[in-house]
Amino acid sequence: MFDRLTRRQTIAAFTLAATALTPLAARAEDTVKIGVILPMTGPSASTGREIEAAIKLFQAQKGDKAGGKKVEVIIKDDTGVADITKRLAQELVVNDHVAAIAGFGLTPLALAAAPIATQAKVPEIVMAAGTAIITEASPYIVRTSFTLPQNTMPIAQWALKNGVKKVVTLVSDYGPGIDAEKTFVETIKAGGGQVLDSLRAPLKNPEFAPFLQKAKDLKPDALFLFVPSGFGAALMKQVVERGFAADNIKVIATGDVTDDEQLNNMGDSVLGMITSHNYSADHDSPENKAYVAAFEKANPNMRPNFMSVGGYDGMALFYGALDKTKGDTDGTKLVDAMKGMAWTSPRGPISIDPATRDVVQNVYIRKVERKNGQLYNVEFETVPNVKDPFKAAKAGK
Amino acid sequence: MSTGRRTSQAMSWFANRARWRWPEIALWIAAYALVILFPSRALLFNEVAILALFAVSLDIVLGYAGIVSLGHGAFFGLGAYAAGLLAKAGAGVAPLSDPTLGLLFAALVCGFVGYITSFLVLRGADLTRLMVTLGVALIFAELANRMAWLTGGADGLQGVAPSKILGLFDFDLYGRNAYLYSLTVLFLLFVLARKIVQSPYGLSLRAIKGNALRARAIGIPVNRRLNAAYTLGAAYAGVAGALLAQTTSFVSLDVLEFHRSADVMLIVIFGGVGTLYGAIVGAAAYKAMYDILAAATPQYWQFWLGLALVLLVLFVRGGILGLVAEVRRRIAGHGK
Amino acid sequence: MLTILFDGLAYGMLLFVLAVGLSITLGLMNFINLAHGAFAMAGGYIAVVMMQRFGLSLFWGLPAAFVICAIVGAVLERTLYVRLYDKSHLEQVMFTIGLVFMSMAAVDYFMGASPQIVDVPKILDGNLELGFVSINKYRLFVIVFCALLTVVLQLGLSKTRFGSRLRAAVDDARVARGLGIDVTKIFALTFAFGSGLAGLGGALGAAIFSLDPQFPLKFMIYFLVVIAVGGTSTITGPFFASILLGVADVAGKYYTPEIGGHKIEIGGFVIYTIMVLVLIFRPQGLFGRAPGK
Repeated sequence: MFDRLTRRQTIAAFTLAATALTPLAARAEDTVKIGVILPMTGPSASTGREIEAAIKLFQAQKGDKAGGKKVEVIIKDDTGVADITKRLAQELVVNDHVAAIAGFGLTPLALAAAPIATQAKVPEIVMAAGTAIITEASPYIVRTSFTLPQNTMPIAQWALKNGVKKVVTLVSDYGPGIDAEKTFVETIKAGGGQVLDSLRAPLKNPEFAPFLQKAKDLKPDALFLFVPSGFGAALMKQVVERGFAADNIKVIATGDVTDDEQLNNMGDSVLGMITSHNYSADHDSPENKAYVAAFEKANPNMRPNFMSVGGYDGMALFYGALDKTKGDTDGTKLVDAMKGMAWTSPRGPISIDPATRDVVQNVYIRKVERKNGQLYNVEFETVPNVKDPFKAAKAGK
Repeated sequence: MSTGRRTSQAMSWFANRARWRWPEIALWIAAYALVILFPSRALLFNEVAILALFAVSLDIVLGYAGIVSLGHGAFFGLGAYAAGLLAKAGAGVAPLSDPTLGLLFAALVCGFVGYITSFLVLRGADLTRLMVTLGVALIFAELANRMAWLTGGADGLQGVAPSKILGLFDFDLYGRNAYLYSLTVLFLLFVLARKIVQSPYGLSLRAIKGNALRARAIGIPVNRRLNAAYTLGAAYAGVAGALLAQTTSFVSLDVLEFHRSADVMLIVIFGGVGTLYGAIVGAAAYKAMYDILAAATPQYWQFWLGLALVLLVLFVRGGILGLVAEVRRRIAGHGK
Repeated sequence: MLTILFDGLAYGMLLFVLAVGLSITLGLMNFINLAHGAFAMAGGYIAVVMMQRFGLSLFWGLPAAFVICAIVGAVLERTLYVRLYDKSHLEQVMFTIGLVFMSMAAVDYFMGASPQIVDVPKILDGNLELGFVSINKYRLFVIVFCALLTVVLQLGLSKTRFGSRLRAAVDDARVARGLGIDVTKIFALTFAFGSGLAGLGGALGAAIFSLDPQFPLKFMIYFLVVIAVGGTSTITGPFFASILLGVADVAGKYYTPEIGGHKIEIGGFVIYTIMVLVLIFRPQGLFGRAPGK
């Protein structure tokens, strides 16, 4: 019995060896691979699943051919841990010979992969992470999601226009949160407003009560909120519970808080809440209507959110770049092709800033309303072609 | 029976234990051969080697000194930040960014902190130790988060660029040198650990683990021995963390997260506590399982990992090595 | 200030209901059940399913969570846990972490990874304005409910026959067995009851903090802190420990002392620091009795 066991193991080992070696030999020249690294498990799993669904939808709609080649998508789960992201990125580049790496649910994950992109000269398409500095980490990083300063500035300007003088900010204590806080505070101060306090809650904190109480005790005109996708429902629950409306405190936020994916679960208490963001499932355009309908048909219990659209446009960018290079997968040529690309996305017109490789898009001011029995972020003001304010300020100096 | 003969019997028993057996030698040769057999998986092997060293470090603390620690990740993380910051300070130029210097620095820092905290940890029984180690680890994690000016906070430590290993070998994109580097460090430290646990000092640890009161009665300075073991374990964990920082040239807050401590504890129990090799086998099995399961069911692999743990506890004593021993015993039984 | 105390109290009370079962079973059988949080999560999801799928109010969700979790607890105890009492602490830790992983993946499979929202019943929605302080009705309900529960538990433990047997068994299981007390049966019942309480706490808490598949891991640390500080021999120990930690945690996040113009945010440290300090000076817990042996 022992002998048989070892023999079987030996055979298994050889088969493993054989399968490990075959991809190199059998690599077809007319296939282009893109490696997508997403958090499919762990606290940010919803981000990964939205993007995965959007990518599958894109390929189902637009086919798997671009620039005359077959595009193959490889999806990997990094569980949201940076050193795994880096290893997966490295393996995708070295073993699978991908033409681009994409995905990246959180800022540290996108940053961890940046040295690989630079070293291997492979484009890194950031589909989710939103800290402003990411695109500066490597000349091969191109972003199709959004940046926090980009989404935050319009709501700060809107608040100033609507008579808000004194504000308190409450953000999650990590890169994007601090970006949002900084942008909001600077914009308010520049507009003559006053910032009473800037509160930062730990990222993994189920209890917002003490922060909200403190904000309430300071009696501002408005409270500005930011938490990442997936945490909004828990926060809004406690916001409503604190009763800010009774004290005439406006609660405003970036659209991450009223995330389309969770909005319906938040209940009527968030009705009328004002946020600014780059995408709403309610965006009124034929492209978006088609997108939402197809997405919901393919994924019955999901609604597409801003993460999904980042993934969808990431694929559009990759296909577009391949078409431009006529199937040439040289990383530098691909990134050059991506620079300045412009197209109409479900979220509206977007383009890639050739100088910063960051996304330029409309940011919308929206209000939560009930439509056909469901809650939506309904857009009522458009700030067109917003560039990332951080990099714009740097370039201006 | 004379005392002399008994002593010589004991001596030969020790000598026998300390001898290298062929499966051990084969294991290490195989480990080095992996890089030639499966060059494309070198990055994964590198992670296994680092995890194995981390598990060996916990096995010293848990399996030999009998200190139940649910916060061993604190030293792993501290070592990663120590080596990362040193490499960053050197800006990729030797001598400051030299990886071996980084390892030494991490070991010293972690050994020092381990020594200080060992006095806290050694108070109280199993559950208290579990909690104190956990508490210390959580405080470390929060400190790293707060000290963003030093650690980069939640965005991670950028610009970690170790120079060539000993000025000769570069960390290549394929991860082959990284693996050989980590494996060599693992091998050297393993040989050292093996020597230590088989020395009179290691035996005194065994005596303490068996019965601390009796050990004290026969004149073993129990607390001093345990302090030393904890310090050694901390330094080893620090080196493992330093290897991770250097081979990924990146440090993020999750090196200090709770799941690191929990994972490594599972790995040690998985492989077999107090065997050193159990730690290595456990690390390899854990990573292999993760890799296969995560590829098969990216969303639900945790379920199967959990099931494996449950079944292992219910039906097997002593982890994977226990299972192997059991199978061998059965076969020997059948043969008769 | 008062509001902070009030919030901390509500938080602490919840922690107590969540953790008390773990504390008693640990004291009784010296069994480390890290999967306790899985029962709390189950309770939370039972309430969610009842409300979302069957449209029932939270008032039905609470007893349902208790009963179902208690039954599941009893079944698991008889079939699985019972095999582990003679194993080492390490094996218990590994086994129960395995259960935690399985429960997390299972919940993810059936309910999805995104946080679930529990709506509080209409009468408990909103705030009571008392002029100088405004009090959230649901939190008030949590405090009153948990306080009553604590009184009932304490009375049950001190006044009933089962309670005195349980206390005897916790004090010294071997002697209790010698006196003819069926410790195994007492343990099974206590385990089921403790699991039920965790489920109840999960259902109560689901309306305050978010409920997602990561719940058992996130709260495992909190449970362990409660037990470390409160000791395992009584229920008053964990009770005061929970309140202390709840208030300290909330207050630590509210107050940010300034040193040299820099805000020092202590929120993340408070409870861990308390735990480590307590364990250093009183290894048996702040409220635990010194071991008699």
